[in-house]
Amino acid sequence: MTARKKDSATDGFFSGLRNWAIPKQLAGQDPKSTAAQSELSRQLRPRLEEADRVGTSICPYCAVGCAQLIYAKGNDVIHIEGDPRSPINQGTLCPKGAATVSWMLNPNRLTKVKYRAPYSDHWEERPLDWAMDRIAHLIKRTRDETFVRALPDGTTVNHTLALAELGGATLDNEENYLIKKLCGGGLGMVWIENQARV
Amino acid sequence: MPSLGATFGRGAATTAQWDIANADCVVIMGSNMAENHPIAFRFVMQAKEKGATIIHADPRFTRTSALCDIYAPVRAGSDIAFLGGLINYIINSERWLNDAFFREYVVNYTNIATIIEDNFQDASELDGLFSGWQAEKLSYNVDSWQYRGMDIPATLAEAYVHPSTEDPDKAIEKQQELTRRLPPSDRTLQDPKCVYQILKRHYAAYTPEMVERVSGCPKKTFLKVAETLLNNAGRERTGAWCYAVGWTHHTTGVQMIRAAAIIQCLLGNIGRPGGGILALRGHCSIQGSTDVPTLYNMLPGYLPQPSAMKPHKNFDRYVEVETPPTGWWHNFPKYIISLLRAWYGNAASAENEWRYPWIPKIVADHSQEPMMLAIADGLIRGLLLIGQNPVIGGHNSKLVRKGLANLEWMVVRETFENETASFWYKSPEAKDTNGAGPRAQDIKTEIFLLPAALPGEKEGSFTNTQRLLQWHDKVVEPPGDCRSDLWFMFHLGKRLKQLYANSQDPKDEPIKNLTWDYPTQGAQEVPSADAVLKEINGYTWPERKQIEDFKELKDDGSTACGVWIYTGVYPRADFNHARSRKPDLPDGPGTHLDWGFAWPSNRRIMYNRASADAEGKPWSERKRYMWWDGEKQQWTGKDNPDFSSNKAPDYQPDFSQGPKNGVDAHDGKAPFMMSADGKAWIFVPSGLKDAPLPTHYEPVESPVRNPMYGQQENPPVKKWARADNPYHRVGDPQYPYVITTYRLTEHHSGAIPTRFVPSLAELQPEGFAEIPPELAAEKSIANLDWIVISTARGEIESRALITERLRPFEIAGRRIYQIGMPWHFGWQGYATGDVVNVLSSIVGDPNTTIHEGKAFTCNLRKGRLQRPQQGVART
Repeated sequence: MTARKKDSATDGFFSGLRNWAIPKQLAGQDPKSTAAQSELSRQLRPRLEEADRVGTSICPYCAVGCAQLIYAKGNDVIHIEGDPRSPINQGTLCPKGAATVSWMLNPNRLTKVKYRAPYSDHWEERPLDWAMDRIAHLIKRTRDETFVRALPDGTTVNHTLALAELGGATLDNEENYLIKKLCGGGLGMVWIENQARV
Repeated sequence: MPSLGATFGRGAATTAQWDIANADCVVIMGSNMAENHPIAFRFVMQAKEKGATIIHADPRFTRTSALCDIYAPVRAGSDIAFLGGLINYIINSERWLNDAFFREYVVNYTNIATIIEDNFQDASELDGLFSGWQAEKLSYNVDSWQYRGMDIPATLAEAYVHPSTEDPDKAIEKQQELTRRLPPSDRTLQDPKCVYQILKRHYAAYTPEMVERVSGCPKKTFLKVAETLLNNAGRERTGAWCYAVGWTHHTTGVQMIRAAAIIQCLLGNIGRPGGGILALRGHCSIQGSTDVPTLYNMLPGYLPQPSAMKPHKNFDRYVEVETPPTGWWHNFPKYIISLLRAWYGNAASAENEWRYPWIPKIVADHSQEPMMLAIADGLIRGLLLIGQNPVIGGHNSKLVRKGLANLEWMVVRETFENETASFWYKSPEAKDTNGAGPRAQDIKTEIFLLPAALPGEKEGSFTNTQRLLQWHDKVVEPPGDCRSDLWFMFHLGKRLKQLYANSQDPKDEPIKNLTWDYPTQGAQEVPSADAVLKEINGYTWPERKQIEDFKELKDDGSTACGVWIYTGVYPRADFNHARSRKPDLPDGPGTHLDWGFAWPSNRRIMYNRASADAEGKPWSERKRYMWWDGEKQQWTGKDNPDFSSNKAPDYQPDFSQGPKNGVDAHDGKAPFMMSADGKAWIFVPSGLKDAPLPTHYEPVESPVRNPMYGQQENPPVKKWARADNPYHRVGDPQYPYVITTYRLTEHHSGAIPTRFVPSLAELQPEGFAEIPPELAAEKSIANLDWIVISTARGEIESRALITERLRPFEIAGRRIYQIGMPWHFGWQGYATGDVVNVLSSIVGDPNTTIHEGKAFTCNLRKGRLQRPQQGVART
């Protein structure tokens, strides 16, 4: 909860006293009625009131699969909380899950491509398109130089042993599917692994 | 996950997390569930509130132990001695022998009555080896492990034809016996070659006294655990087991899980509510990355990757040897042809072997451990690293770093700059101006660090630890140049297709013909995850009409399907079941069939035929789940049946009418339909490389000789002894202490997503080493003193945390100290510490090539390392 306006609190001591809930309740008003309200509490607004949309998400840390609700305003995430509907977490999150928003909005997050040239002692910022072209070129060159169609005994293998892919356990199924399809089915890579084994 | 696969048929948790709340007893072993899976642990606490007894067995007293009813301390790496003791106790107990429930369950649903080949010899006879050991090949010939007169294909992608058979045609012919008769068995369990009698002999030595001697667990505590398990099993009661990487990270890890699987079979706990084995996995889609494998030895949906070491020379031969005659896997040709259709579209046809030759063949173990060696040796020249941090999580980190400096190029996709991307200027070697290096000016590796998008910034599905696919929405655009990995792979693929478009080289046909026509959205041309999931689900070809169930898949090219086990997740063009968000109400049934989609076919508890008795009636009202509806002639209940829905309990295959294939060869009492005989395998005839029955071996690095057998370590263990990966010998006085590594609530694995998060870094700001007070006193170490921990691979420094949580054990008259270290830390982020995996070695379980981070040996001394150029600020 956040207070939007603070200026009423500066109205003076007596108005503050008038707004104070306890004297009203001591005077006999039902404590569950509006007597419990104060100027301050009247101005408190729900934290999520400004959200213009909410999406369902799944916690990106461990494999329990806690459901989350991501609230956003414009293109800004403003809050992430556990989804109370989920039969797994019923709205709860552990310390990691509760920190998801600090991961997303982290000031240290990479948002630009960093490139380190051979033997260089520093990073350089590069355009994404340039990096994609360069990576595609390197993959093609390495593949073309090392592709093996058949072993000496004639066994067809159609693979390259010089390219490897590692990672996948934090990726979407759709992403893993495209990795296996492109790297394995398209390029003939066999070194394809992720944390699911180790 | 081969242990669950080899025992039950599918390598995945058998149950749903919320079902743990229905257990009467929960055993947590190989896991610190309260700290590492705290939200799942709620269900353990719910069970406890309802009266369940909670047991934790672990080398370390953790918060999980604190919340349990019984804590059993066991020495790191001695789990099979403890579990074998439980098996021995159960099968010799009055209760188990006299309660008709156990007999009915095990005789009908497991292979306990099955007769094994006459020439099988057990480890109890051969001092720790089984018959068939080939010392020169360091592997087993498993012919003698087979059912008498038959050859039993494994359920695992790696081994339909068991690998040691010299003559595959002979194996294929012997497998055909399964289509002609039920496997030989003795339902009275008296035959000396039946599994029960073998089991009795194998575990006879695992007495409570032996358990105490080997594991250090007091006999009294052990007996209490055994009694509790038995008292909470039967018609009316069930128990569940939860494990995590505390089991898998051993060179005997697969067999540890196997031992729990045997216990669950013996107690009648599989396929029933409140029962099962819950594998607590570590990453948000780690089950998904096993099912949709970014793994070298499988194609999607647990189909075998073609191998140059197997009789896979052409498609017909591959299909012939990989299609078992009985069990569900008899449908294999439908799944592989539908996959090839999905990948190569109209370029695939029956005439061109569905383009099978385009799938690359493996020639060795291409998993992560040998991958790191192949990088160090210069065989691998380019590496795509997508959301993994091997400098922290890989073993023998110095060797890993040396390898990275040997690469020509590396792509790292991450949300922060991790240790792997920064090794060239921030690793201790790179910063040490007096050391051997290499330093940045010596390192040729061309590195691309690409910023990744997170859930919320991209849409897609995760598969969680209970096989549940859950969709996450895109809510906002990712910042800057952050992109999803889907975007990266899609656009990389597009560029490569363009580069190869004019090639006439036959080697480039696969990439040219790969189906890659996913629709995109927006200026960034974000590919549609929805369309990819539709392909994963499968559709008719060429109409692209979604299919609802994998039973509709065909072997004639008229269906395309990316991952057959996921069929049903997108059954109609307008229904993404993974996005379904309707939980059951408190009045039940509590299976939550409209919350996400669980493979296979939205079944929440697998093998749930076993929740009913042999006649198809619920074992008890209290444990009612699935049952046979005689009027409607179908299985019904709270879940989707994991069984042929109209196969009556009294069905008997009539072999006199000709051979029976697939599940037609199974009777109506065979809940484990993936396996060739429809039974759970207490004894594993094929599929595992190290043993048909779990056997206690010491970790590769152990302070003691194996107290049980002459055989010291797992016989076919994978070792790579070399100058940059040395091992300690048994009882090496230079490395007298056992070290076990573990995780913290506040950090996640390689911890890049947590060490950069201020709140989490504040909660756990730096690495530490837990050491017992007795050892601290011997070494005059005070709490928070700096200590140096060393192995033959390297040494690191850390603060000492003196604690009674890790107790020393007396083994063979010697006191053995154990120390523990969380392995999350590195030099990046706010929370830092030395890389613990500098200490560990590259070594592997024979089945999975998983390392032994949970039990190896080390030395320690008071003091600090002399590293003037340290990158990490210290006080």
